[in-house]
Amino acid sequence: MAEPLLDVRNLSVEFHTLAGIVPAVRNISYRLDRGETLAILGESGSGKSVSSSAIMNLVDMPPGRIASGEILLDGKDLLKMTPAERLEVNGRKIAMIFQDPLSHLNPVYTVGWQIREAMTAHGTPRGEAEAETLRLLGRVGIPEPERAMGKYPHEFSGGQRQRVMIAMALALRPDLLIADEPTTALDVTVQAEVLALLKELQRETGMAILIITHDLGVVAEIADRVVVMEKGVLVESGTVREIYHAPKHAYTRKLIAAAPGKGDMHPPLARREPLLTVRDVRKRYGAFEALKGVSFDLAAGETLAIVGESGSGKSTLARVLLRLDEPDSGVAEWKGRDLFTLSPAELFRLRRDLQMVFQDPTQSLNPRMTVYQLISEAWVIHPDILPKSKWRARVAELLAQVGLSAEHMSRYPHQFSGGQRQRIAIARALALEPKLIVCDEAVSALDVSVQAQVIALLDGLRRDLGISFIFIAHDLPVVRDFADQVMVMRRGEVVELGDVRQVFDAPREAYTQALLAASLDPDPEVQAAHRARRLEPA
Amino acid sequence: MLRFIRQRSLSSLISLIGLLVLVFFLSRLTGDPAALFLPVEASAELKQQFRELHGLNDPIMVQFGRYVGNVLTGDLGESLRKARPALDVVLEAFTWTLWLAVITMTLVAVAAIVVGALAAFRSGGFFDRFASTVSLVGASVPDFWVAIVAIVVFSVHLAWLPTSGTGSLAHWILPVAVLFVRPFGIIVQVVRGSMIGALSSAYVKTARAKGVKAGPIIFVHALRNAMLPVITVMGDQAASLLNGAVIVETIFGFPGVGKLMIDSILQRDFNVVLAAILVTALAIFLMNLLIDLAYALLDPRIRH
Repeated sequence: MAEPLLDVRNLSVEFHTLAGIVPAVRNISYRLDRGETLAILGESGSGKSVSSSAIMNLVDMPPGRIASGEILLDGKDLLKMTPAERLEVNGRKIAMIFQDPLSHLNPVYTVGWQIREAMTAHGTPRGEAEAETLRLLGRVGIPEPERAMGKYPHEFSGGQRQRVMIAMALALRPDLLIADEPTTALDVTVQAEVLALLKELQRETGMAILIITHDLGVVAEIADRVVVMEKGVLVESGTVREIYHAPKHAYTRKLIAAAPGKGDMHPPLARREPLLTVRDVRKRYGAFEALKGVSFDLAAGETLAIVGESGSGKSTLARVLLRLDEPDSGVAEWKGRDLFTLSPAELFRLRRDLQMVFQDPTQSLNPRMTVYQLISEAWVIHPDILPKSKWRARVAELLAQVGLSAEHMSRYPHQFSGGQRQRIAIARALALEPKLIVCDEAVSALDVSVQAQVIALLDGLRRDLGISFIFIAHDLPVVRDFADQVMVMRRGEVVELGDVRQVFDAPREAYTQALLAASLDPDPEVQAAHRARRLEPA
Repeated sequence: MLRFIRQRSLSSLISLIGLLVLVFFLSRLTGDPAALFLPVEASAELKQQFRELHGLNDPIMVQFGRYVGNVLTGDLGESLRKARPALDVVLEAFTWTLWLAVITMTLVAVAAIVVGALAAFRSGGFFDRFASTVSLVGASVPDFWVAIVAIVVFSVHLAWLPTSGTGSLAHWILPVAVLFVRPFGIIVQVVRGSMIGALSSAYVKTARAKGVKAGPIIFVHALRNAMLPVITVMGDQAASLLNGAVIVETIFGFPGVGKLMIDSILQRDFNVVLAAILVTALAIFLMNLLIDLAYALLDPRIRH
């Protein structure tokens, strides 16, 4: 067997913190051949990013420390190199792209300058680097590369920025590209394009790709082999097919089971009296039309999923319905009253019926309030709901309802995991006994396995308490097991609105079909078929 | 970019007009100008004469119009003590202050940026602790105390430098050194804080992944991003120097606008006081415009 390109042996990385030594990665080993794609699959806290940062020498030391192991690139240990030798590896031999290209590009330099620097930093003459930058930008599919070179990162879209990052990474034709969640922040259709671009470039240059991801779909789409990590330990490795069809470790099985979009869909509901009737809502910000006439009905105990990519107007719609933003025109009839014309006093009384759960619970929960304060604050604002003597008991009840316990009451948000924080946010919304909860990307920031739990929780609340949900998401599979109706939005318009089974099994509109085709399936076979279908018309 | 400059100049202009109104009415509404401008023991006839001479019996709006007209033609009245146009007196002193401010701020900027950036690069290290202590002391000590101690040590005991006045290069050293201390201390702290943020940012990680060396990472990638809050504070500090470093100028007998203002107030030379206010305000407006331009130059997102 030939020598592998990258050979990670018994790598351990630990962080020295005030609370003691935290092992981030424990004794992991994996290898990667030339031209091969290896995925590191894991959820937050699994250490998947730390191990790749160690390869790139990006672990801050201190507080980080490589406790043991070697990282062999072409047989040479990266950890034993002199600083000068090490400086020549990054960019030239190994390059890296990251999750959020906007923050990873320097905002104050042009993209042309930044790509050129990747070459000039390693001694390429300026003129040569300039010409190569132009070629690279064209190659990764940036329109008008000549003009694009003089533009700044904020002038590009998310997908284009990631293409710029790829151009920069590939400037010196590295042997290995490390991609850390490269498509997580991107729209589904853009994600498919970027992954396709990576594969194409891999064929052209013969580079190996090490892709770090939490998404089984991404693994199925791009990887040859996969290693699964949990809490800093490598629990399983194998080819993508082996891992998907015959997972050996319990954690891998759990991950695969949690992948959304495989359960039973809700049956179509009988038509009932609508609780909320929305007609022709419009909203513009300056010259930008965010909502171009949106209409739908929502009955009690029903879940409407609104799916769309960035800029589709889905979040604007949520804000307008809750009067966090004023619409320009349209009607939203709620129990016979138009939400949009209520006076502030009427709106205040109605607020308790309409609650919202936001995407990022870290930001939506005040870090200086205890769980008890966060949840009971609702009754401070609406004192008629519950006498103060019963607050403690009710908070305990609500916490139990969302799968937490009464002893969590006196803790602060930072003492919880992301999924638990979102449960607290849900308990807070429930405190006012609302009729409708609007969830704006409420599970997008959560790990897959936690996502499944939170969705199950919401579905249970709908069933038991008869609460209606408007569930906003950018990804179709997430809403499949949960929604009654699905509304697909694009550029401020409703593209398709129908029962969940109709939208998933027989989508009428080309855009819905494109969205479905672009969303990645965790099953490598299914994903291969998707890919073939995508390539067909071309 | 031109549009940006035009917009900024326009909004500065509005503030300038506001200032003009304020200065005028301050001098008219704080009491009878005749009583203000003339000595206390002046006779009633003298006051009446004075009023007629300066048109103080006209309606206030007419007076204001005349005042604005005068200001626009550069006529700010005569200095009552020096029998020269007040504007000339002020501009002469202001030139001294401007030089003092420019020299001091240039030294401060270079030193504070280098020290702050290096402290941030190895934050928590020996150099960082040393720089933090020095800057904290610098930002905290009162300048009159530093000035006096400096005179005692360098002029009286060591006799290396003159105590006050102007004339040679050596005369500049103590005022510049004393004025240097506080802005340096404050700006080092701002640079350090801002650089620590910039150095831990995602784009610096990208630069390291590209194989960029430490020097360009600090001074090319991070510094330009870290400069925005630094420039704001620098503007603040420079403004207080332009206002006339009253105490330091007085202690060193430095003929700047700060000392001129104090002298003129004591001598009731109001035309000079008003002219000095207008000139320094105009200078500060111009400097704020420069700061806005510097923002736009540093950060393309502000330009759009």
